[in-house]
Amino acid sequence: MIYNIPYIAVVALILIGLYAVIFKRNLIKIVIGITLIESGVNLFLITLAFREGSIAPIYRGSGSNPLNMSLPVPHALTLTSIVIGVAVLALMLSLIIHIYKHYNTLDVSKIGREKE
Amino acid sequence: MNLIDDLIFHSPALIVAIPLLGAFLTPLVSKINDKLRNVFVIFIVFLTSFFVLLLANDIYSVCGKIHTYVFGGSAAVTQGGYAIRILFEVDGLNIFMALITTILAIAGVIYSWSFMKENTGLDKYYTLYLLMIAGMFGMILTGDMFNFFVFLEITSISSCALIAFWTNKGKAVDAGFKYIVVSATGALFVLFAIAILYGQYNALNMAVLASKIQFSFLDKIALVVLVTGLAMKAGIVPMHMWLPDAYGRAPSSVTLILVGVTQASLYGALRMIFTVYGNNLSNTLNQIGDVNIDLNLLLGIFIVALALLTIFIGVLMALKENNFKRMIAFAAVAEIGYMILAIGAALTTVFSTTDTGTGVMALKGGIFHILNDALDVGLLFLVAGAVYYATKETSLNRLGGLARNMKYTTIFFLIGLLAVSGMPPMNGFASKLIIYESTYQVNPILSIIAILCSILLLAVFVKVFHSAFLGPKQSRFDDVKEVPKSMLLAMGIIACIIIFIGLFPNLVIDNIVQPAVNALTNHSNYISNVIGGI
Amino acid sequence: MIEIQDFLKTLGTNSGFWNPLVWGVIIVISLLIVYIIRGRGNKKYKKQTEQTKVFLSGNPELEKEEMHVKASNIYWGFMESFKWLYNGLDKMHTGNVSDYILWFVIILGIFFIILGVI
Repeated sequence: MIYNIPYIAVVALILIGLYAVIFKRNLIKIVIGITLIESGVNLFLITLAFREGSIAPIYRGSGSNPLNMSLPVPHALTLTSIVIGVAVLALMLSLIIHIYKHYNTLDVSKIGREKE
Repeated sequence: MNLIDDLIFHSPALIVAIPLLGAFLTPLVSKINDKLRNVFVIFIVFLTSFFVLLLANDIYSVCGKIHTYVFGGSAAVTQGGYAIRILFEVDGLNIFMALITTILAIAGVIYSWSFMKENTGLDKYYTLYLLMIAGMFGMILTGDMFNFFVFLEITSISSCALIAFWTNKGKAVDAGFKYIVVSATGALFVLFAIAILYGQYNALNMAVLASKIQFSFLDKIALVVLVTGLAMKAGIVPMHMWLPDAYGRAPSSVTLILVGVTQASLYGALRMIFTVYGNNLSNTLNQIGDVNIDLNLLLGIFIVALALLTIFIGVLMALKENNFKRMIAFAAVAEIGYMILAIGAALTTVFSTTDTGTGVMALKGGIFHILNDALDVGLLFLVAGAVYYATKETSLNRLGGLARNMKYTTIFFLIGLLAVSGMPPMNGFASKLIIYESTYQVNPILSIIAILCSILLLAVFVKVFHSAFLGPKQSRFDDVKEVPKSMLLAMGIIACIIIFIGLFPNLVIDNIVQPAVNALTNHSNYISNVIGGI
Repeated sequence: MIEIQDFLKTLGTNSGFWNPLVWGVIIVISLLIVYIIRGRGNKKYKKQTEQTKVFLSGNPELEKEEMHVKASNIYWGFMESFKWLYNGLDKMHTGNVSDYILWFVIILGIFFIILGVI
């Protein structure tokens, strides 16, 4: 049972992130919601790498046993995903700065309409 | 010749690497001279298209040939049978999408030579443009699931920055923000599904995954999330609402490549359904009476329902619009509905034993329509950009009588109008005829709705043609001249290809579309090329 | 390779066929026939009298610039009769980015229920 807690945390993070994106009206809160979804997916990727009683997948000379290490591939996938998340977050925040300069409000229901 | 054979062998990697290298060299080149930078960018795009044509020649020479390229090694599988390296696997469907991307890229860079000339910050524009092209080629050619996600994110980040290029207006930045929120959410859910599949089968390679996959409960979740996430990026109703904003407020040369990006996401959804889940498509899920409900029947009915909704809502919203580019964007949504209609109708019949060739014909129509739609809608967006460049107006209420001043643009718009609404002798008629006739065999109602909405599309574009080009001479458009020659050249290239495909459709279908359809229905060929002999 | 014969083949679907070159020839021949029939019509009419003026159901003819129908008024009859449909569609397209993700979650739910129950 205790090994299922990370999976429950993943689902909780994704659901809270979706709630923030769908039901909040401040632009910054929507961006925080997307970051929460991304954290949930990264946690899911790292949890897949765990084997019971394992150590970090780094070779240390003569005393290292490859069968005792956790899987290294999900570690690489998670690092790539974190970097992509940072780029998306930076882009979204800089777009919010421009939007605030033009519309003077951060309310998402006031800025979307196509006015003639 | 040995050099040509080596180039063909390495071409999948070169097709992605050359635009990437060009994108990073462009700011350095633009410090020397502006014209040199434009020539450099056009040279890079032409070099990439040369490699695409070489690879296409190699793949079309033998029927059913798949070109596999393993990064950083010689063998695709190690001794234990594990496929651990990233590979690019190019079969008929991949090279078909790559040919579409090449044509759009060449037209786009030639068009942006004069369209973007008065803007500042052009070195960043060209860098992002080449990055977007590199990301699209990577997304199309790859054979690895996580690599597909990485290139998907590269493409969406660079397209978002290009959509928000005119930062002095508020609307374009707002459209860019909507695009990146929708794109990031969709891509994160796709990564969630890839992680589920990796955790179950310990494989990231599409071919290895396709050979090992069974249809457990977790696989069902992964299929749902993959198809819906990629469908949101492709613009299928009711998740299409970012599309008019993003297409309508971006510069026109960027919108041309965005059409290619949405179709590459549609290609991703097709690859997941037909190849990765290919072994499970004939699974019987349930039995009602004496009718077996297979997975392909269920998926097919769901996709056809979404397609009918897409065509209807796309056309109805287009009739109401008064902004030139938003109207064409809604027509683009309706056209994606046609592709999905054909593919859904094919899914219901192509794997059953009582099929009489309807499924393959519907697949041919759907895949042929991908090529035709990219060209037609692309030409219409280029014309809209030309009108904006000449008159600085985007609303149809204030245009009128432009055919006197801009003769060539009017002719190109007429060709695009006839092609989009499916009138003979253009290429739209050939692919839509195949779609009408093959969906009629599945159910007559589908065909009736498709023809009706095609006529409504003709009504939409006749409205645009009348209010923008016909009519009396307006006094404030007296000094409007024809657009510069490079824009006319780009529009002319696409119009010539449209007329060529329209006059000789059989040539294109036998040589280019038929290998793509063979690659879709023959997933065991895809698997055996990597694992070999299973 | 591609011979000259491939350029002239017809496209055959399973229930019909389409050949654009044959279609072009038929269109040219029928346009010729139409032109010949039109040439045998009535050539006598009186110029500069009532016969050549434009008829607008009794309305006066304005200047040329104001006779151009604006784009939002062209399909007025169609838009009026479908006002109930367009009210609903307009309410759906709000421009609010949170609603876009809400539609995504709804379609996820519907698809999952279909696949899971059936």
